[in-house]
Amino acid sequence: MKLEKITRRRFLTGISFGLAAASAALVSVPVIGSILVPLFRRLPEVWRSVGHVDSFEVGKTVPVVFQNADPLPWAGVTANNAAWLRRVNETEFIAFAINCMHLGCPVTWLPDAELFMCPCHGGVYTKDGEVAAGPPPKALARHQVRVRNGEVEILTMSIPIA
Amino acid sequence: MFLRILKTTWAWIDSRLGISAVIVPMTTHRVPPDARWWYVFGSATLAAFLLQVVTGVLLAFSYVPSSGDAYAALQYLSHDAPFGRFLRGLHYFGASAMVLMVGVHALQVFLFGAYKFPRELNWITGVLLLGLTLGMGFTGQILRWDQTAVWSVVVGAEQAGRAPLAGEWIARLILGGGNIGGMTLSRFFALHVFVLPALIMGLVGAHLPLVLRNGISEPPKPGAPVDPTAYRQDYAALLEKTGRPFWPDAAWRDVVFAAGMVVVVVLCAFLLGPPELGNPPDPSIIHADPRPDWYLLWYFAVLALLPPATENVFIVFAPLAAGVALLVLPLLFPRGERHFSRRPWAVASVLTLLIMVGALWRAGGDSDWSPDFTAQPIPQKVVASTDPLVQHGAQLFFSKACIHCHAIEGNGGRRGPDLTDVSDRLTQEQITIRILNGATNMPAFGDILKPDEMKALTAFLESRRRYVTSGQQASGPTTPEGK
Repeated sequence: MKLEKITRRRFLTGISFGLAAASAALVSVPVIGSILVPLFRRLPEVWRSVGHVDSFEVGKTVPVVFQNADPLPWAGVTANNAAWLRRVNETEFIAFAINCMHLGCPVTWLPDAELFMCPCHGGVYTKDGEVAAGPPPKALARHQVRVRNGEVEILTMSIPIA
Repeated sequence: MFLRILKTTWAWIDSRLGISAVIVPMTTHRVPPDARWWYVFGSATLAAFLLQVVTGVLLAFSYVPSSGDAYAALQYLSHDAPFGRFLRGLHYFGASAMVLMVGVHALQVFLFGAYKFPRELNWITGVLLLGLTLGMGFTGQILRWDQTAVWSVVVGAEQAGRAPLAGEWIARLILGGGNIGGMTLSRFFALHVFVLPALIMGLVGAHLPLVLRNGISEPPKPGAPVDPTAYRQDYAALLEKTGRPFWPDAAWRDVVFAAGMVVVVVLCAFLLGPPELGNPPDPSIIHADPRPDWYLLWYFAVLALLPPATENVFIVFAPLAAGVALLVLPLLFPRGERHFSRRPWAVASVLTLLIMVGALWRAGGDSDWSPDFTAQPIPQKVVASTDPLVQHGAQLFFSKACIHCHAIEGNGGRRGPDLTDVSDRLTQEQITIRILNGATNMPAFGDILKPDEMKALTAFLESRRRYVTSGQQASGPTTPEGK
């Protein structure tokens, strides 16, 4: 190490780069943090009532509409979500996410054919959500359902990512 | 007197801004004389971008980047605001022009071998600009915040979700959480209005000086390969001998072409108008039929036609591989022949690309793979039978959803084979087996149809033959089995 190499000019260059890097690092904490922290947060799930038990006929599959877990005040209609709900018997319900497992488009229930069909690329599912035909890699995702005080309640969830 | 004041004022400004000293020499730098009309697409892309900046800023005056309110603002903009519809049209067709021009520019530069030494970085910054332009197209379509936009975000997130390890995080980053909601539109607004335009401006700020520094490539001649050791001297000598000032000898063509493009954009915006807004951005409206604007329609077709087994690899790595291939192209082939007559592989790859994208475009426009949910019951004229069994079968063909994918004399979807004359091709057993067991893209109906329904349906299909159906032309176009 040759001491005489550290001239005034080298010192100023070093301190300028050092200060610039330090201030950039300081600012990057909130920048990167605000992008990454939400990704590690657990997504909230809440039970949403979708109607009285008696309003659902046994054996029928119907669309139900509910709000996502934590709608922001300005979310408007975008906070809405839907599911396909089937009353299996007196006490049991099944709720399918509307998102096709291929690329997420909303599947349509065809009651006479007892099939779910996707409008985007033609994925088809049985009435139990199993893949019947087309590109979907897995069965339709299911919401948890429960009955509380005569109300059918659905547990919200994130859009299922295949 | 007045003229003298003007002159001294100009001299004062000029001495400070350095227009005569710096800008004028730049605009009059010498360029190869025979570039002509092939070289107008880059400047046209820039002109389209400037048009997008101006119309985009004006749209932002009325736009409300809030997931809950944007739709109402867009309705106002489209139907009530003075010039609103015209502005939206300009921005839409301006975007189309920019995508088109940047694509043609890239193809021209590739075919002319202009990406070779010393213009490798011109090409690389150009590839990044091409990617950013497509990114602007996608994010811009999202800002047209209707039902299609919402489902496009979902489809985009699902595609990103296929990436290994980080897939779900990227998907959540795109959605702004686990679902569509208040966060979603704001981030696409920030991307479309701040992040991507800033990147584009930065890269244009690199791309243009690179063009000045390395010069406009001279039109290629067969048998004159690029040799990095001699190229710069040869190029300087060429300019010395035959070069012309860029302004106005070459630039007038850029101006004429760009002006023509602007006129076309204005006419389209005025006569055709912007794409109509769809249903509100409410994810609980189940009947949706999302598809992208034309510049991504071919990719929509790719996603539909991929064999499911290759999907995960393809969706994630194909765009990545294509981007990397374009970026490293000039590093791999910096020297050699530039003229297309000596570069058969270059011509072949351009033709392949054009044919592939063209075919996918057509396929995307037809989108045969989408079931037709609007299909109506088969008309009596087509059923053309008084047999109650056949009649019942025709009803079942509709109610059991066969019709969403199969057409009979033009009634029905095109996802599956046309069944207008199915019994010319298949025996009754074959028909029955196919219905009971299904196929890759057809569900098995064994558990869905009762025996008497099965009998009626096969009786109906049995009656579908070329010469026995209704009086009119019976044989529709047939598609291959098990598509």
